[in-house]
Amino acid sequence: MYVYDEYDQKMVDERVEQYRDQTDRFLAGTLSAEEFQHLRLRNGLYIQRLAPMLRIAVPYGMLSSTQLRKLAHITRHYDRGYAHFTTRQNVQLNWPKLEEVPDLLAELATVEMHAIQTSGNCIRNVTSDQYAGVARDEIEDSRPWAELIRQWSTFHPEYNWLPRKFKIAVTGAEGDRAAVQVHDIGVRVLRENGETRFEVLAGGGLGRTPIIGPVIKQSLEPKHLLTYLEAILRVYNRYGRRDNKYKARIKILVKAMTPEVFAQKVEEEWVHLKDGPETLTQAEIDRVRKHFTAPAYEKLEDHVPAVDDLLADNSGFGNWVKQNVKAHRQPGYVIVNLAMKQTGIAPGDVTDEQLEIIADLADEFSFGEVRVTHEQNVTLADVPKKSLHDLWTKLVEAELASPNLGLLTDIICCPGGDYCSLANAKSIPVAEAIQRQFEDLDYLHDLGELDINISGCMNACGHHHVGNIGILGVDKKGEEFYQVSIGGSGYEDASLAKILGPSFAQDDVPGVVQKLVDVHLEHRQGEERFIDTYRRLGIDPYKEAVYATWEV
Amino acid sequence: MGSLIKNNTVLESDEVTFLTLQEYLDSDNRPQAVWLDAGEEIEAIADFLDDITAIALNFPAFSDGRAYSTAAVLRRHHNYTGEIRAIGDVRLDQLEQMARCGFNAYQLADGQNADQALKRIEGFSVSYQQTIDRDPLFRHRA
Ligand code: SF4
Repeated sequence: MYVYDEYDQKMVDERVEQYRDQTDRFLAGTLSAEEFQHLRLRNGLYIQRLAPMLRIAVPYGMLSSTQLRKLAHITRHYDRGYAHFTTRQNVQLNWPKLEEVPDLLAELATVEMHAIQTSGNCIRNVTSDQYAGVARDEIEDSRPWAELIRQWSTFHPEYNWLPRKFKIAVTGAEGDRAAVQVHDIGVRVLRENGETRFEVLAGGGLGRTPIIGPVIKQSLEPKHLLTYLEAILRVYNRYGRRDNKYKARIKILVKAMTPEVFAQKVEEEWVHLKDGPETLTQAEIDRVRKHFTAPAYEKLEDHVPAVDDLLADNSGFGNWVKQNVKAHRQPGYVIVNLAMKQTGIAPGDVTDEQLEIIADLADEFSFGEVRVTHEQNVTLADVPKKSLHDLWTKLVEAELASPNLGLLTDIICCPGGDYCSLANAKSIPVAEAIQRQFEDLDYLHDLGELDINISGCMNACGHHHVGNIGILGVDKKGEEFYQVSIGGSGYEDASLAKILGPSFAQDDVPGVVQKLVDVHLEHRQGEERFIDTYRRLGIDPYKEAVYATWEV
Repeated sequence: MGSLIKNNTVLESDEVTFLTLQEYLDSDNRPQAVWLDAGEEIEAIADFLDDITAIALNFPAFSDGRAYSTAAVLRRHHNYTGEIRAIGDVRLDQLEQMARCGFNAYQLADGQNADQALKRIEGFSVSYQQTIDRDPLFRHRA
């Protein structure tokens, strides 16, 4: 993974001191609360319902075991012994003290971490494919490009005060695990005649107005990546709406101009920038790529009888392997996913001890690195297949072996009303109630892939628009209600979910999910996934099943 | 109004009179100083830049970032070398970003401490991007 040089380190260190000074001035009363609010947000610090919340950047989800241990230490000393993996591959702390944040950041800086631009109307942490570098369907490793974008966007002086937040995602695989179609900018790394090229999408997004982003540029040469992004950002910064925060995202600008006109405008701006100083040099591309070479794999057999023989039976191990372990491009290695979705624990939550255990397991089994996924899970990307049973045994002990990756109970869920001051409704208890409704593992495995996404309000941090089943907290005359939609997907076959009908009380939600699943099982052909059955049938049968018995 | 920072010196004010964009476009002679609001496009005066010695760009609020792009466009696309002055809600914590986008004069907002301004303009010792007097870091990084 990327390792800081003196320049990267200096920037992070200077940022800690700058932020310390801002905090001191705020506490001394010489910096207004209004101004400090904007400044602290650009360093990931929100003031939430119960306490501040600090969002720590994990660039494209990569963490080393050293960083994990530091996070464990920080959650123990500055917080209440747990952290939270977010839907944008970041880590959040729920209880830091405002006046201790500068010290906390100084500790993070010692392990090349920070909270820069994790909030505020600026370019946010770049996200990517959690299987980058190891996926079988990979065209090219997306991480060097994500890192180049990270550096270009960090403290960019022109784009720190955009109309609204700005999120960029990069994928280099056939399957889209980075949701590039629902980002402000999505970058697809492709190969054309053996050469690296980019396809650039702009103006996708979720929130109040969900839109699948259109492609605005094809066949972009690698050296032009940053100048082209710069052109998009400049057009957005100049012309994006600032009069209404719900119309300020780039998707509204692209839609209002039409993608064709927007692309034209970007081209006109790009003419000035193309081949200018921000044009990437081969030396820089090579320098960054060197950080993402394959680890020292052993030469191993792909067939491991001790593992393969156990797969057939429905033992705990077999189920876990079938669900959580994915094929690796290197013979004899596999990708292992830890589903942070134990029933009764808020999705994505992890304790300090678990962080340390994950660090140890990463050292023992996966070259000391892990990835955080936007499904709020953790991936060990380079595990020798022969060590799988060993690893699983240890995961079971640590309660990290939930065999439900990608299944109905692998729910993506925002912090909601329990923590977030913007929430209309709680989301964590809804996730838990659904997990309790579907406790039978065999049933879940038979049901197959099914994404449920829950957001506590329209801001859609739980990405409910792209859930096969999406659940949104709404406020109905001061009471918490839930609007259910179906048919969304956040992957390469991206689609936006459709609202089923009138919303439900909290207690009714698990029953509604059950009804939707029943319709699926009744009409399913073969091993069809929930989303495919839905696409074949349309929304009506689901609607009927749910509302016929509800008599609203 | 707070102090004026110009040529790395703190002044109380200076003698320059800035016309509004409309006044400028309506005038028959060639005035030398004009100010633009955040939504006004610099392209409107692109043809006259050779005769203009000072352009002020307004920040209606410190959180409105349009003038950064205007300054960058002036410097980079039009090679404008005269004064670019930040006016309006100009606060200490944004001076570095302004400087790096091409501003070189700052009319501080009320209550902003001019003593700290020079240090803030300087800001961080390194930056990844191209700035007004520096190439991107990758062009000179070992
Ligand atoms: S979706 Fe709403 S409630 Fe949930 S975390 Fe985001 S802002 Fe908070």
